[in-house]
Amino acid sequence: MTREAGAPFGAAPPSAGAAIVTRGLTKRFRGGQVAVDSLDLDVPRGSVYGFLGPNGSGKTTTIRMLLGLVAPTAGEHTLLGLPLAGALPRVGALVEGPAFYPYLSGEANLRRFDAADPTASGATVRRRVGEALDRVGLGAAAGKRYRNYSLGMRQRLAIAAALLGPRELLVLDEPTNGLDPQGTREVRALVKEIAADGTTVFVSSHLLAEVEQMCTHAAIMSTGRLVAQGTIASLSGGQVSRVRIETPDPAGAARVLAALGLADVRATDAEVTAELGGHAPERVNAALVGEGVAVRGLSVVRPSLEDVFVGLTGEGFDVDG
Amino acid sequence: MSTAETRTRTTPGLVPVPETSRATERRPPEPPAGAVPPRRSSSAFWRLLGSELGLTFRRPRNLVMLGVLAGVPVVMGVALRLVAADAELGGIVTSVAGNSLMLTFASLSFLVVLLMPVAVAMVAGDAIAGEAGTGTLRYLLAAPAGRTRLLAVKYLNAVVFSFAVTAVVALSALVTGLIMFPVGPVTLLSGTTVPVAEGLLRILISVGYVGAGMAALAAVALALSTFTEVSIGAVAGTMVIVIVSQVLRAIPQFDGLADYLLPARWTGFDGALRSPIDTGAMAEGLLTFGAYIVLSGSVAWARFSGKDITS
Ligand SMILES: Nc1ncnc2c1ncn2[C@@H]1O[C@H](COP(=O)(O)OP(=O)(O)O)[C@@H](O)[C@H]1O
Ligand SMILES: [Mg+2]
Repeated sequence: MTREAGAPFGAAPPSAGAAIVTRGLTKRFRGGQVAVDSLDLDVPRGSVYGFLGPNGSGKTTTIRMLLGLVAPTAGEHTLLGLPLAGALPRVGALVEGPAFYPYLSGEANLRRFDAADPTASGATVRRRVGEALDRVGLGAAAGKRYRNYSLGMRQRLAIAAALLGPRELLVLDEPTNGLDPQGTREVRALVKEIAADGTTVFVSSHLLAEVEQMCTHAAIMSTGRLVAQGTIASLSGGQVSRVRIETPDPAGAARVLAALGLADVRATDAEVTAELGGHAPERVNAALVGEGVAVRGLSVVRPSLEDVFVGLTGEGFDVDG
Repeated sequence: MSTAETRTRTTPGLVPVPETSRATERRPPEPPAGAVPPRRSSSAFWRLLGSELGLTFRRPRNLVMLGVLAGVPVVMGVALRLVAADAELGGIVTSVAGNSLMLTFASLSFLVVLLMPVAVAMVAGDAIAGEAGTGTLRYLLAAPAGRTRLLAVKYLNAVVFSFAVTAVVALSALVTGLIMFPVGPVTLLSGTTVPVAEGLLRILISVGYVGAGMAALAAVALALSTFTEVSIGAVAGTMVIVIVSQVLRAIPQFDGLADYLLPARWTGFDGALRSPIDTGAMAEGLLTFGAYIVLSGSVAWARFSGKDITS
């Protein structure tokens, strides 16, 4: 089914221009469980690409395959149109939470990971580490041992590690996981800032609202399968906006809306909703007032990714923390 | 309701959009996707090895271990001196108390049985498993450290540590011996007496030999380290191999096997205490060490290069 959805581009070879391309990417773990099932992703350069799915839907496994940590059972992928070893130095990654040496300082930890990158220069490491730490607001805590970092600081250090060099692509696996609202806001702002510099950001999340807020594009995963991908606008575009009117005269309002040509008019005790279609909300309001229908409130309910997800899978989105 | 039906009904406009005007506006098309891979700096290997050595020799746990290893010869020296003062004992006590250099050989033969292998196993067994356990392995490989390169760096680091362990024991014993016992010509196991300078040379040969033996153990520990995410498991596994080998060595029925057991070969450094030096036995020992290194190294590489990193 997923392959059908991907049919228009499923046959195309990985293109050199895209940030991430996967074709038929599949991972079956020992024990037979299929974590990722023939995934066809196309992540355009310059996008902030939300990789959305409930817990256990295969996001982390996909990211591990992209980074060469886990060998796919089938399928192929390219990053930045390059062989993996050539691409990885241009890719900053956060995979399943931060992991550092507890007995080293934040700065020493970054130096350690920088040393593992064969293209990074030891001559510039001091400056690059300092810049990365400043960028995530950890400049003052650079000399503190990682052991003593708070959860938010650890997450930010992980993002700093992803920013050690000039990156064309950032792969961030649930970067706001476990953060308090303040930390979450900071990370989201940072992602927007990084994206504004032209870096492609591939960010996984199990939070619909987060993807709607941060991303230009999204892919939606459900139990290892891709159920949809595209721009946020095109994804939500499949669902219709509805106008919702609070009124003491629902019958009158419903009549007016029907007369205007709005479809699927539904009236309850104190409100009326209908598909907005191409109508301007202000015209709807003017018509209601013109017909003497008292309007207490008028709002437009735009479709969310959640509606898209529910519409595509017939399941609720298992949203937690 | 199948998802395909749902999709066609509720989302007719839902077509995957590989490249959108919005994305291209935000970032003008790049010069052909940077078709040239970044240049690999030739010093990158040494930089990673330096980082590895820095971690190993700054890690408190390893420093404590080296400190203990340095302390044992001192304790041995003091004890032997006290014992030698009030008794006419024969054998090892008189030979150590009688010459400043003999404490080094005595310390090596005492520590090579268990404590030095523990120290080496702690570092080499932790090499991959420890990084996997803390999750840092995924970030090293994503950097990308390269699996073969990382394994080579990890092993070289363990080799350096193996020689460091041996050198620390020898140095501490040498200094202690020089302070506590008379300096003069050394009487070897074979009864011949050699001058101090030659005694020092023979110590150097012993250190090289024992260091190589420890490096062979490090290869075994590294191989085990690629099979687990719990570093204590790899360390314990290595020690089990050492102890089982010691036991087998002690059983007369397994005499033929002894030549192939690491612990039996480690004590072969006493070939340097014979006159002439027992080069035949020592060369065989080095060959055994080499065989362990090649075999364990292959196992480690085969396992690590294809392993799914899921930690
Ligand atoms: N190492 C593994 N062995 C077996 N199954 C795994 C392993 N890692 C993940 N899985 C399974 O694969 C599925 C996808 O997991 P994951 O990629 O972590 O999902 P997500 O990141 O979206 O929460 C889950 O059902 C999980 O249990
Ligand atoms: Mg995950």
